[in-house]
Amino acid sequence: MKFVDEFREPGVISKAAEEIRRLAEPGRHYRFMEVCGGHTHAIYRFGLKDLLPSNIELVHGPGCPVCVLPMGRIDDGLSIAKDPDVIFTAFGDMMRVPGRNGSPLEHKARGMDVRIVYSPSDALKIAQNNPEKQVVFFAIGFETTAPSTALTLMRAKAKGIRNFSVFCNHVTIIPAIRAILDSPDMRIDAFIGPGHVSTVIGCRPYEWIARNEGKPIVVSGFEPVDVLQSIVMLLQQLKAGEAKVENQYKRVVPWEGNRAALKAMAEVFELRPYFEWRGMGFISQSALRMRDSYAEWDTERRFQMPGVRVTDPKAAQCGEVLKGVLKPVQCKLFGKECTPERPVGALMVSSEGSCAAYYNYEHRKKEAFTQVGVAI
Amino acid sequence: MCLAIPAKIVELFPDEQNRALVEVVGVRRHIDTGLLQDEPLRTGDWVLIHVGFAMSKISEEQALDQIQMLTMLGESEAALEEVKGYGLEEREAEASP
Repeated sequence: MKFVDEFREPGVISKAAEEIRRLAEPGRHYRFMEVCGGHTHAIYRFGLKDLLPSNIELVHGPGCPVCVLPMGRIDDGLSIAKDPDVIFTAFGDMMRVPGRNGSPLEHKARGMDVRIVYSPSDALKIAQNNPEKQVVFFAIGFETTAPSTALTLMRAKAKGIRNFSVFCNHVTIIPAIRAILDSPDMRIDAFIGPGHVSTVIGCRPYEWIARNEGKPIVVSGFEPVDVLQSIVMLLQQLKAGEAKVENQYKRVVPWEGNRAALKAMAEVFELRPYFEWRGMGFISQSALRMRDSYAEWDTERRFQMPGVRVTDPKAAQCGEVLKGVLKPVQCKLFGKECTPERPVGALMVSSEGSCAAYYNYEHRKKEAFTQVGVAI
Repeated sequence: MCLAIPAKIVELFPDEQNRALVEVVGVRRHIDTGLLQDEPLRTGDWVLIHVGFAMSKISEEQALDQIQMLTMLGESEAALEEVKGYGLEEREAEASP
């Protein structure tokens, strides 16, 4: 509760929480999936679960790009970093993700030229400043990030910068939602839709979820009030027996998305026939690769890639947690072998991973209470 | 990764249509505005930025809300670090004698 009290509008929050309690039917159990890792982080950070009645369960979805990347792709990327002529660049989120032979950060410690960048355009600048080197950008992310990579590649092509390439690991959110809905061990009543992905793709791509699957979906902002309001909207739909796409985050998300961003993506990328997701297996048409017209800037075509496949450590249950079948704390390794300081799986690395979010806010809180002998 | 940072446009460049100088809590950095090429941008406008690119135009009120939310999420330092990280060229130029 402490976190919520800090927020500027406690009145609005308690009103929304009250409305949720009023709308939730006592005899019914609700399972709502927040697709985006940003929402997972906000839910734990603000302690929003404490405000919900016990029959509303929030299930954490696959929307954390670092978490869904299989270990083999990290090893593939790092196999190039070993080349002394290569400068290997990646976002900070990637640096601590364990590969079979260590994380990018550990490779850097071994003397390889691995650099953090905050923007793909900075990776391109490094290439311009180091013409004698090959600069590789390890691209990850959903549709929020893919347009920036696309524009960077368009700039590289326009300027004729040929010592730059992209190791493309961009994924798309809709096939992941479809895989979750197709999964037999999964029962979801409604979805809290991703906010910033939707600034790019808009709200139309979700229409099949409402129309064909009969599940409500509300595209949501990230403030506590946003998330609670989205839950109110989902409950209202369920109560009325409706299933439609609604946009709670209208102030940022246009219904049609960002046309320029979609155009840039279409210019540079095409769908891969299939792509492996950590814990979810191969999902068809769920990721992007570079078109033939960008082959020259495609790391996978410029370098020999081993095509590594690594199964996750057996004891780790990242896949089940990622699909929302298990809660983080139900994994055998949670808080023991696997902690944010020494992560075994990627869900414990990224602040948007449900394990790290749960550990940092719920687990630490419980530990602190246990130490002073307070039961919660 | 979902971090979207509100920034105010302080300078636009007529000869470089896809570049803008923005300010985030006192830090100034260049960003790419290519994803907003369909929207007219002016100095003083607020945009949400993600990995160095402007993603959407927002109102000042929304921007201030967003800044407060990043602070609440404990992400404001990460956001500032990210923004400071943009524009390696300038930093490298500063570093060289």
